Amino acid sequence: MLLLQVIVGGLLLGAIYALFSSGLTLIWGMMNFINFAHGEFVMLGMYVALLVVIWLGGGPAAFGFAAAFALFMLGIAVYLSLIRHVMRGPMLAQILSTFGLALLLRYTAFWIFSANFVSLPQSALSGTLNVAGILMPVPQLVAGLAAIVLTIALHLLLTCTTVGSQLLAVAEDRSAAMLMGIRPDRMQALAWGLAAASAGIAGALMAMSYPWSPSVGETFGLTAFVVVTLGGFGSVPGALYAGLIIGLIQALSAYLLGPIYKDIVVYALFAALLWLRPQGLMGKA
Amino acid sequence: MSKVSASGLFTISVVAALLGALPAPAAEPVKIGILLPLTGNAAAAGQASKAAEEIGAEIVNGKHPELANLPLAASEGLPGLGGAKLDLVFVDHQGNPSLAQQLATRLITQDKVHALLGAYQSSCSFTATAVAERYGIPFLVGDSAALNITGRGFKWVFRSTPIASDYAATYMRFFDDMKKQGRRIAAIAVVNENTDYGTSVADSIEAEAKRSNVAVAIRIPYSASSTDVSAQVLQLKEKQPDVVIFISYTSDSILYMKSMKNLDYLPPMVIGDDTGFSDPSFIPAVSDIAQGAMNRSAWDIGKPGSTTYKINEMYKAKTGRDLDDTSGRNMQGFLALAEAINRAGSTDPEKIRLALSKTDLKPEQLMMGYNGLKFDDTGQNILASTYLIQLKDKQYQPVWPANAAAAKLDWPMAGWKH
Repeated sequence: MLLLQVIVGGLLLGAIYALFSSGLTLIWGMMNFINFAHGEFVMLGMYVALLVVIWLGGGPAAFGFAAAFALFMLGIAVYLSLIRHVMRGPMLAQILSTFGLALLLRYTAFWIFSANFVSLPQSALSGTLNVAGILMPVPQLVAGLAAIVLTIALHLLLTCTTVGSQLLAVAEDRSAAMLMGIRPDRMQALAWGLAAASAGIAGALMAMSYPWSPSVGETFGLTAFVVVTLGGFGSVPGALYAGLIIGLIQALSAYLLGPIYKDIVVYALFAALLWLRPQGLMGKA
Repeated sequence: MSKVSASGLFTISVVAALLGALPAPAAEPVKIGILLPLTGNAAAAGQASKAAEEIGAEIVNGKHPELANLPLAASEGLPGLGGAKLDLVFVDHQGNPSLAQQLATRLITQDKVHALLGAYQSSCSFTATAVAERYGIPFLVGDSAALNITGRGFKWVFRSTPIASDYAATYMRFFDDMKKQGRRIAAIAVVNENTDYGTSVADSIEAEAKRSNVAVAIRIPYSASSTDVSAQVLQLKEKQPDVVIFISYTSDSILYMKSMKNLDYLPPMVIGDDTGFSDPSFIPAVSDIAQGAMNRSAWDIGKPGSTTYKINEMYKAKTGRDLDDTSGRNMQGFLALAEAINRAGSTDPEKIRLALSKTDLKPEQLMMGYNGLKFDDTGQNILASTYLIQLKDKQYQPVWPANAAAAKLDWPMAGWKH
């Protein structure tokens, strides 16, 4: 019974890993661009949720939407002001630019919010469901299910809509897309907006269950890289599977072997997979 | 012409006024280098300790006759050095032991500090003290509890705080007392973060428990940066210990309390080994679900009018919060260092070291509830001790031992069921 409980907990956490990683994989896949500030987007989403709860007293739907919207705008602003320009520069400039952005966002958050750990008031969403002896904390359950739905929605947006086709067309062949009347700049700005929004909303969902401080982005940023690499660069369904798998492996190894082994197990499997299948689970070879 | 002479007169009068205002040549300030985690995971605790040490400097540098039982409070500056002021140089090691090592070197070689203080995380104190030993600069450790910081044969390292073995022994004496009162403590669980601090305290607890015939049902080492601790809580739930001792930093201790509620696991008693449980973020985050959780502390605000109460008022005016045990132990370390430098009557490192080794402060000369301050050959304070406190509403209150208790111990803890 406890084992089942561990599995459920791992999957719920994994679903959130999947949601924020899908944003990273989107940018990676579309532009071959590594965003080191992705974890910071998650962190900002958490603070947006906190501000909405404190100032407006909204529920998860309100602060989830607010975080998604705020981060969507931030993503577009980051693209227009920074990324668009460094894309023309050497690879190293690209890497350093988002690394710098990450530090800028993190220390701005330190400055504004202080280093203290904060958490959402208990009243935001609380309680625990007991389904046949398996305890499911409502905040985690809502967050996990919402994350799965949103990740699938992002996938459908990319594969079943005109905008999605345009996004993918730019990713496939920028000049050919331009010849078809698609403006790559707009599409890439949209991709950054969507990527940041998915991180923001994932942050808002996690804020319901976890305490955080401005340095939390580091942990999530690293997790997102592992998920994206495991799932395959640019594949949203890959990120979904990989997120769930990593959440599950972490929970099981922490329970069965002890918490200090969970990262060893994850990274060992990760290294083994890279060796056997470097393109990731769902990536194109 | 008249313009020029007017401004000339003005300049002369300003210079004259400045010269007149200058006192007799002031004694050179004494520079104290302080290493703390001012950013990173433990930044909140580091910032709180920084504020406490700044208050400490204010007490020593200014005139505070109302705190006269503390050495150096009533007088201005260090009388032993012609009224010299203390000049604090703070550096941020971010909780990174190798950075702490580099910064200690920089403080000694470039900032030319006369003494060092720090460094919160045991792992950082461990590396930074080694640098001080190499350069022959006195280092006072105010709050790091891992055993291995002293006892390396170092001459230049002194530690005012109680350490892992003191804490372990305190817990066992407490359990003994509880058993005598008819409470069941057959098995305990020890959950520790896995760097020097958590490992050292947990090792000491395991060793003491063995000696006192208390079974350790399970020991769970984990990384303090974990984002999820449900699996650990389920392991505890499986073993059903009578007491769970957490040796945890901030976010992890909050996470444990929340996960325990979510997974509906409430042991009869939770004891937090200070640190995370004393962090300024802990009470606002989980006080409504962790009612009755115990903690250790040598700090007690005390009655209105007492020295500790006045110190707390000063701290509160600066930070808006009550002083906590960790920051208090750092402030006590700072005050003890200042007292020794004053007694040395010099900034010569060897003289400060000698003065430190001869420190002998009585309980009434301290702001913390130690039995005194006296260092043994390894540099460890042999009179350090601690109280146990319990979370009641939004405040911790001393509940053990009986002579320090301000409130009745609630057993079992109420958690969120109140």
